[in-house]
Amino acid sequence: METFFFMIVAAVAVLASILVITCKNPINSALSLILTFFCLATLYVTLDAPFMAAIQVLVYAGAIMVLIVFVIMLLNVRTESGRRSSHSVLFGSLIGLFTLFQLFYLFNRSSLTGQKGTIDSALINKVGHTELIGKALYTDFLLPFEVTSILLLVAIIGAVVLTKKKI
Amino acid sequence: MSPIALDIAIHLAKIALIFFVVLTLAAYLVFAERRILAWIQDRKGPNRVGPFGLLQPLADLIKLLTKEDFRPAGADKWLFYLAPAMAAIPAILTFAVIPFGAPLQLFGREVPLQVADLNVGLLFFLALSSIAVYGVALGGWASNSKYALLGSIRGLAQLISYELSMGLSLVPTVMLAGSLRLSDIVGAQEGIWFIVYQPLAFAIFLISIAAECKRIPFDIPEAEGELVAGFHTEYSGMRFGLFFVGEYINIIVLGGLATTFFLGGWHGPWLPPFAWFSVKTLAFAFFFIWMRGTLPRLRYDQLMHLGWKVLTPLALVNILVTGWILMLR
Repeated sequence: METFFFMIVAAVAVLASILVITCKNPINSALSLILTFFCLATLYVTLDAPFMAAIQVLVYAGAIMVLIVFVIMLLNVRTESGRRSSHSVLFGSLIGLFTLFQLFYLFNRSSLTGQKGTIDSALINKVGHTELIGKALYTDFLLPFEVTSILLLVAIIGAVVLTKKKI
Repeated sequence: MSPIALDIAIHLAKIALIFFVVLTLAAYLVFAERRILAWIQDRKGPNRVGPFGLLQPLADLIKLLTKEDFRPAGADKWLFYLAPAMAAIPAILTFAVIPFGAPLQLFGREVPLQVADLNVGLLFFLALSSIAVYGVALGGWASNSKYALLGSIRGLAQLISYELSMGLSLVPTVMLAGSLRLSDIVGAQEGIWFIVYQPLAFAIFLISIAAECKRIPFDIPEAEGELVAGFHTEYSGMRFGLFFVGEYINIIVLGGLATTFFLGGWHGPWLPPFAWFSVKTLAFAFFFIWMRGTLPRLRYDQLMHLGWKVLTPLALVNILVTGWILMLR
């Protein structure tokens, strides 16, 4: 049952991701990307990670994509026009094949999922996913967390400085 | 009946009840709004169809259903048809996490009056409310009309600005309840409602949800004086009706959420829990109608100023102060 459900969601995710790069209309591409994010959120739920699922929809589908749609609408880009050069097709497919080869090689070595952490679904159901993530972020990973927030602050200030001619 | 079948039957019954009650209530809220606005403005309002005009929503429904379903030239067909549903569905989905009564004893088991008691219930609500923007945005964009597009862009900008203060104003309630689960938040308010501890957060949340459901004084996405009807200018018949009903469903759902977060949910003396929840939610609906009859529309820059420079900093300071007090206690 769970495998069947996973297959459906994964199929929709792959289909939507293909639509993101093949749609002519940028709005349709953006919508396909939102659909992909929803599929990812569903997969997070099946992996006992409801907090990640909620944040995935809230931040990616609800905030970042809204801004992208906003910009597309503001600039009123209707359809993409522009020819593909044969060079880009060649190099693109070469890079794609190389990445595919790398992925297969890594998965076949099967040492990727060898190590298991201390947190399993029984613990998540008992303590709560949100509580576990919060505790880990504010104790074990406090420094990386704070560094990330400072980086984001720098980016915000940078954006303001770039757009305002006189401060 | 086997336990699983009974479980499914109870869930389906709850979902059917919510759909029926919320949709009927939304239709009657339109009628109530017209009557209350008429009363505020010293008019009579719709009173011809049935006793006291009570069959007016039915007449409106027949009118909307029999109208021509029109699509403007150059409109994006799929998105144009999809957008009204995208506006109405997230609103009614949010109701899944609202506890609308105390748990009942049925068939020898405890049945919570809530469809899904998610442990990330509050985030579920915030996620869905951020998704609801797409109905407004895509409806206006797909119409291929200047006014509709302007309305959509305004709607997007407004909802992004007010989502932030709405989310931040809910953080103190989570800090007090110690959980994102809505039934826990209601349970923590058994003695004293959170509005007593958090009047500022309540005020910020109330202003933000008024902006969220695009009501006067925050109705600039559909400002009829400037943009004809804003994002739904080109819609007619039942598709317009879906946008319209979606807005009223949103009022009910957001009123229910304000009740859950700040007014103690279904807690209250004498009356049964379900009645308390209904009274509080309808009080919010009345408040929104009252506001429409009283306030003028904000200008665009005033709206942005209020959202970013007043409400968001206030909400942040409120979180900081609440944190200090909780730490010292």
